[in-house]
Amino acid sequence: MNRIYLDHAASTPLHPDVLQAMLPVWKETFGNPSSLHAYGREAKAVLDEARRSVARLLKASPRDLIWTSGGTESDNLAVFGVAAAWSARKEASGDMAEAGPGHIVTTSVEHHAVLHACERLEQSGYAVTYLPVDNFGRVEPEAVERALRPDTMLISVMYVNNEVGTVQPIEEIGRIARERGIPFHVDAVQALGHLPIDLERLPVDLLSLSAHKIEGPRGIGVLYCSPKLKLVPQLYGGSQERKRRAGTENVAAAVGFAAALERAVRLLPEERSRMEELRALMLAALARELGEEGFTVNGHPEHRAPHILNVSFPGVSTETMLMNLDLAGIAAASGSACTSGALELSHVLRAMRLSEPCASSAIRFSFGSVTTESDVTKTTQVLGTIIRRLRK
Amino acid sequence: MLYLDSCATTPVHPDVAAVIHEVMGTFYGNPSSIHRLGLEAEQLVTKARRVLADALGVRPGEIVFTSGGTESNNLAIKGAVNANRARGRHLITSAVEHASVYEAFRQLEDEGFHVTYLPVDETGAVRVEDVEKALTDETILVSLMHVNNEVGRIQPIEEVGRLLGARPKVLFHVDAIQSIGKLPVRLSEWGIDLLSGSAHKLEGPKGAGLLYVREGVRLTPLFSGGGQEHGYRSGTENVPLIVGMAKAIRMAMDAQPDNRRKLEQLRAGLVSRLSEMPDVQVSGSGRPEEMAPHLVHFTCPGMKSEVIVHALEQAGIFISTRSACASGESSPSRVLLAMGMDKERAASGLRVSYTASRTAGELARFADELAAVLAKLSPMRPAGAGRSVLQPEGGSAS
Repeated sequence: MNRIYLDHAASTPLHPDVLQAMLPVWKETFGNPSSLHAYGREAKAVLDEARRSVARLLKASPRDLIWTSGGTESDNLAVFGVAAAWSARKEASGDMAEAGPGHIVTTSVEHHAVLHACERLEQSGYAVTYLPVDNFGRVEPEAVERALRPDTMLISVMYVNNEVGTVQPIEEIGRIARERGIPFHVDAVQALGHLPIDLERLPVDLLSLSAHKIEGPRGIGVLYCSPKLKLVPQLYGGSQERKRRAGTENVAAAVGFAAALERAVRLLPEERSRMEELRALMLAALARELGEEGFTVNGHPEHRAPHILNVSFPGVSTETMLMNLDLAGIAAASGSACTSGALELSHVLRAMRLSEPCASSAIRFSFGSVTTESDVTKTTQVLGTIIRRLRK
Repeated sequence: MLYLDSCATTPVHPDVAAVIHEVMGTFYGNPSSIHRLGLEAEQLVTKARRVLADALGVRPGEIVFTSGGTESNNLAIKGAVNANRARGRHLITSAVEHASVYEAFRQLEDEGFHVTYLPVDETGAVRVEDVEKALTDETILVSLMHVNNEVGRIQPIEEVGRLLGARPKVLFHVDAIQSIGKLPVRLSEWGIDLLSGSAHKLEGPKGAGLLYVREGVRLTPLFSGGGQEHGYRSGTENVPLIVGMAKAIRMAMDAQPDNRRKLEQLRAGLVSRLSEMPDVQVSGSGRPEEMAPHLVHFTCPGMKSEVIVHALEQAGIFISTRSACASGESSPSRVLLAMGMDKERAASGLRVSYTASRTAGELARFADELAAVLAKLSPMRPAGAGRSVLQPEGGSAS
């Protein structure tokens, strides 16, 4: 059976060019970058070159990039690291004695790596505001501004929502954060490779990235951290990553990250329009198969990433649909991969206040560089067959 | 080129690399996805977990995958302490632990915990009596390394485990990063509650580690998110590296009895050569059974270790001054000072570490080069700083 993979927002296949870039590192440049001898120095040089390359592509300074083990660690390091630094400053300074417990503004549609980190902080006494979103999953910049308190020490808003693809007003929120001098964290894991990221221009202080969403390897992420910001590390040990993240660096994966990002940035304009075409093709084919009333599209009509298409098929539950698609060799998802194991209603769709029939029948299709027009038309035909059979 | 720094890291074994490539190319699903590709990826993780559990003699549900040794140590120590902080505020470790353990305890001290850093004897060993004396009603965790990464001294893990067996409130964490695959590790017999391992020290990939968490032990996670790894460690599972680590660790453990004999012979040969050199003092215990077989630490009092490392590098031989994680530091090794060495001797420490694929001939070549380097450097030392002043030939004829 020819398989069709439409779950690139969960993870992407490693690109062969990226693997080629990583192979010599395992074989030859295997030294520990902290070692002082030639093997160590070579590994360090390769690691630094990967860091410079990623920095160049993001228009950041290499010093401001921290290698992590992935998106979850980047998000956790940003949220916990800023909170711990704020508390340390409060403890050290008499002026802040009257300050509140420390407050974070985030949204109710963030990835669990941010949401659960915030919930942990609430358990330790911090205050968190989870902003609501509109029916398209978008947060209003004004709502962020209204939520700010004198003790707000972090704003964390994702760039692209991983379930519905809605793009948040990052620049507007960033400007508000700058005016008030509040650190601004952006989870850009789903934006990388799909929207241009220019850190010279974007008003953000912390930005989380992951390689395996852009045909790079698992187990490597980056946290950009503005030099103005103090971050308390979460992993302690050696002095790697300028003492912000201990642990022997995963050199091969860092090289893979740089290779994947180079490819993604170079191909972004054409891939973006190609995915827009795939998306339009799928929507037109769905309309032909099911009629305009047979499905609804979730997410923002304009402010959206090109690679995610979240669609509800009222009357066919998400689980039934995914199972039938899987039997036909088609991989799609319910929400984010990290929650699709748990068959509960997605927190994102709940926050968007979708009607029950829509919320319980939502499917996420996400495209990658290997996705073809025929994948999309074949999937639409299969969807039509499944729905006609089940709705009978 | 002769690489003798395998305690810092090792090249990935070709068979391990082949498995990683295969998984990367074919099984790219996210294990949390519920479609077939996700399921296949999840099955690979499950299989790797079973392989490791079998190798370590524990249950699959007791293995947590991490990004490496540093994360495993941080998760074990901070996770256990945070989950059990209501039961007591006192922690015990030793003065010779790896930085990822030592610094985690320093952080907990900042948070108000009371930490006892046990002293070691001149061979680098913790005394079981000292552990016993340090225990209080407030003690909730004892963390000791199995094999010291700098000098190779084996700690009395079994005895400490037996001592703590009578105190169910005290959790026992063992950093086994330098011992897995080198020495037998018997988790349940030794009463271990938490045990850290890493892949890249035994021809596995960098970026993969494991933590054994005995069933029933409560742990607060370091990373919050998707709730992977039974909730202990959020983050998309690094399937290819997990599979690669399972293969590397199983290969190392299968070969361990044979390799141990080989490594012990290599060590005995090298120690005997080094003992003949007047400028050299071998560190640790003189009893081979108290030392890990895959490394030799020695000092050349009066000389700077960096100078010797660089001179050997000119001859294509690569050794290290200390733990790679501490290489950038200029102060003398904390571990050597704890063993009672003075600053001058501690500043001259050198570590040679190797895998079983090295030969006696290669180690002899290292010894020859070292003798030549020392002979060249000796006249530059201040008079009386070492015995070689009386033996201008270097005294290494053998």
